[in-house]
Amino acid sequence: MPVIKDVVCTFCGCLCDDLEVTVEDNKITKVGKACKLGRAKTMGMFLHERIEKPMIRKNGKNSELEECSYDEAITKAAEILVAAKRPMSYGWCSTSCEAIEKAVVLAEVTGSLFDSTANVCHGPSALATQEKGAPSCSLGTAKNYADLIIFWGCNPVHAHPRHQTRYSTMAKGAFTPNGKKDKKMVVVDPRNTDTAKKADLLIQLTPGTDYVLIEALRAIVNGHADVLPDEIAGLPKAKVMELADMCKASKFGIIYFGMGITQTRGRYKSGDNVSSLLSDLTQTNKFVMIGMRGHYNVTGFGQVAAWETGFPMAIDFSRGSAYYNPGETGTNDVLMRKEVDAFITGAADPGAHFPQESVKHLYKIPAIQVDGYANPTTEFSDVVIPAAIAGVECDGTAYRMDGQPIRMKKLIETTFKTDEEILTEIIAKVHELKENGGA
Amino acid sequence: MAEIVIKNGVVYDPKNGVDGEKNEICIKDGKIVNNVGVGAKVIDAEGCLVLPGGVDGHTHCAGKINTARIMSPHDMRYSPIPGLSGPEPGTKLLRPQVGYNTPNTHAIGYRYSKLGYTTIAEAAITPMMARHMHEEFESIPILDKLALVLLGSNWQVMQYIQDGDSEMLKSYMAWALLASRGYGVKVVNPGGGSSWTWGKNVTGIDDKVIDFDVTPADILIGLAEANEALNLPHSIHVHCNNLGVPGNIPTTLDTMKLLEKVKASQDRQVMHLTHMQFHSYTGTSWMDFASGSDQIADYVNKHDHLTFDMGQMIFGPAMTMTADGPTEYRNARMFGAKWSNYDQELEDAGGIVPLSYTPQHFAHATMWSIGLELALLVKDPWKVMFTTDNPNGGAFVNYPEGQVLLMSDKKRQEVIAGFPDMTMDRISLPNIDRELDWGEMTVMTRSMPAKMLGLEEKGHLGAGADADVAIYDLKPDKVDVSVQHEAVKKALSFAKYTIKGGEVVVQDGDITALPKGKVYWVNAYENGIVQAEKDRLITDLEERFKKYYSMQFSNYMVEDAYVPRPVEIRPEVA
Ligand code: SF4
Ligand SMILES: [Zn+2]
Repeated sequence: MPVIKDVVCTFCGCLCDDLEVTVEDNKITKVGKACKLGRAKTMGMFLHERIEKPMIRKNGKNSELEECSYDEAITKAAEILVAAKRPMSYGWCSTSCEAIEKAVVLAEVTGSLFDSTANVCHGPSALATQEKGAPSCSLGTAKNYADLIIFWGCNPVHAHPRHQTRYSTMAKGAFTPNGKKDKKMVVVDPRNTDTAKKADLLIQLTPGTDYVLIEALRAIVNGHADVLPDEIAGLPKAKVMELADMCKASKFGIIYFGMGITQTRGRYKSGDNVSSLLSDLTQTNKFVMIGMRGHYNVTGFGQVAAWETGFPMAIDFSRGSAYYNPGETGTNDVLMRKEVDAFITGAADPGAHFPQESVKHLYKIPAIQVDGYANPTTEFSDVVIPAAIAGVECDGTAYRMDGQPIRMKKLIETTFKTDEEILTEIIAKVHELKENGGA
Repeated sequence: MAEIVIKNGVVYDPKNGVDGEKNEICIKDGKIVNNVGVGAKVIDAEGCLVLPGGVDGHTHCAGKINTARIMSPHDMRYSPIPGLSGPEPGTKLLRPQVGYNTPNTHAIGYRYSKLGYTTIAEAAITPMMARHMHEEFESIPILDKLALVLLGSNWQVMQYIQDGDSEMLKSYMAWALLASRGYGVKVVNPGGGSSWTWGKNVTGIDDKVIDFDVTPADILIGLAEANEALNLPHSIHVHCNNLGVPGNIPTTLDTMKLLEKVKASQDRQVMHLTHMQFHSYTGTSWMDFASGSDQIADYVNKHDHLTFDMGQMIFGPAMTMTADGPTEYRNARMFGAKWSNYDQELEDAGGIVPLSYTPQHFAHATMWSIGLELALLVKDPWKVMFTTDNPNGGAFVNYPEGQVLLMSDKKRQEVIAGFPDMTMDRISLPNIDRELDWGEMTVMTRSMPAKMLGLEEKGHLGAGADADVAIYDLKPDKVDVSVQHEAVKKALSFAKYTIKGGEVVVQDGDITALPKGKVYWVNAYENGIVQAEKDRLITDLEERFKKYYSMQFSNYMVEDAYVPRPVEIRPEVA
């Protein structure tokens, strides 16, 4: 029975690359070493509702989606984008970098807005990086060196199930040969999460006070503990002192941060203050951070967008050159202003994850979906183009949460076109329409 | 491919002894040839300067620069040099462009081409991150590329040196180049990258590295000897310890002396020292810091085993990015600047910090002077490569500025006149009146980098060379660079023609075609290492991957898909 080794899991930002996948008759029958999420994802096409055929609505939003050919769907998609005055391209975080590169080209030639799922999760970390930089390391460095691991506003037990065994608290490394015994684990979270239950120290702060806590830690680390009040972020000062002491006692500390930092009050200011805290701590020992990215290749989107356009997200090509002003040009900023008059999304589900007001607007404008699976976004899409699943049905590049690129494997054959092919064909069609004066 | 003949140009081709002669240059099938048929396309150079395409042997253009981009949206809008910086919309042919120090990939390709440069060497990539670099390489149009692979704080390297196992060291070096599709060996702050993971550093070549029983000197000698044993086209490429530290001159001289005992395997240096400007400081602090360029130049003038590049500073904003993690942390703390750091498991450190250089500050004015002093005090231009350590000392779009400074004493004196008085007793530049001629400038920007890297098809216009040619809109016999430096700078900034691989890619300063470049890499593994040694290495690496790496051994090596147009160089086995 053919077993493919060292397969890359394309579910979360851990991008585990040690899976063992059994393929029989072009079907995946067994997925070894993955966590539950990874197994479900890798076997996904037999568990979820697959989009089987390209589909379009011929008579407006209220009409049914009708099956059509790839050619028809691609032509229709190109027509919509060419006719639009303020088109938007969104998503592209659960696909390959090769596809993302094409998505950039399509956005350029159609003068689109271009953004990723970071708009609703880790976008503020990029803003924090712009303010204060990103002191970081590779996950293997963390595994080998870190004796203090702080999960701040994230819950890896559920969201990144193998993170702790492969890279963090449980992993054995060069200077942490005994794994957990050589490491201290702290969780900072308003909730007593399943991750928190295993922590050496739980800092259960008042929701939305992350910035206050970071600022207090900085004060302590810089020798100003005396100015702090008795209660900080809803915690007794002694508790915060305990955390600061653990930081000072460690030789190599790492903060893994999640949306608890990026999407709570303070937003990117919290992230930028974390950077400052790490810089302060590095005066005596070493401290770094890594964002716990959800979608397996949202990091790749930021990388590709940065090298192709100069900016990691929230890009506006309506002027011909790339313009960037998150807060103005982020997907939900523009949707809520109701400026957008056509929408294309790939490998994402804005229908499920956007604020209601944005979704309402999406129901009013022509929308194109490129995806392997049907989801709430399909409900309002006028053109639905089925795609091969990257990392299962086609190969390509993905970037792990620490920025490490890994090549995804093709495991089985498919008749579906890849995201890259679909986008390439839409681009060609757009050029054709423009040359014929189609818009 | 069409044949081309360039007529009526004033040609400088130092490698072939051509010094400003009206030779015809014939091009066929992407190569320089001795003659072409009557139907060849004629380019009339009208008495203008004709040079081989520029070779940038040390630039940060792919990989780490991407984090720098994410850190600097302000840079994307900055445009001090119209036509070579800032936002520009896409056209039918071109992709949109942005940036100055950290432009997008497309802009890098277009702008180097406009300057008449056709080959660039990314100066610092770890093997593990090479896949990322190749993705960016593929996105940079027109130019040929190659990569220098960081091995100076690598655990395998340090372990094999500690074990005295020179065979394993050799095998690993060859394997690392294969795994990263890399060209040469880079050493940054030897040993310091490993110490930096603990937040520490090394302070000189005899300091002990944390966790390994080796010194920077052991690493330098070990890598240099392995490099020569493998007969690699390039020598080791070294960024010394103590970059940017006042009083670092003894460390730099120690490093140079240390390598005297290594024998080169071929007709080139045994070590290239990079961005020498940052390593030529006397004094004990920033208060008494001064230029030590005379000491460095004196040593280089008397010895033939090394070459260096300038690391010239350009005034204005810069973006520093280096595997020298502790230096970047120090910079960030000193200037309160934003700080990015990346410790790459088992391989090296890295940091990124934006800085700005101003002629109003004596320290920056002194550093600016040192770069020029070094290039002017060293007599033999074949020992000096022109660089700004793009974008550490300044953005590459300023190369014409730096080059004109080397050719015009008058221009230098104009700049020096604006320096604070505190600068004057720290520098010797005001008393150096040497002005490089076109032949010397061609050496430093073309012929020397090609020779230093061992790129035989680059940096010259003899038959068999790649047809990479730059024609500039200036007539060497009619223009006095010393006086007309601004006009010359403009001509060097926007080539009249750039020809890349026999195709016209720039005409009158505009991009006309977008061929894809090649990637040079060195395979010293396949034939250079015997099977028994390969087996021994792989067994050890498999063990190390299981224990220490975060990635599977089988997924580590850069796949062929990332290098679609490779030029594989196999060194002769000794
Ligand atoms: S932790 Fe994430 S990447 Fe790893 S197997 Fe689970 S879902 Fe996949
Ligand atoms: Zn450099």
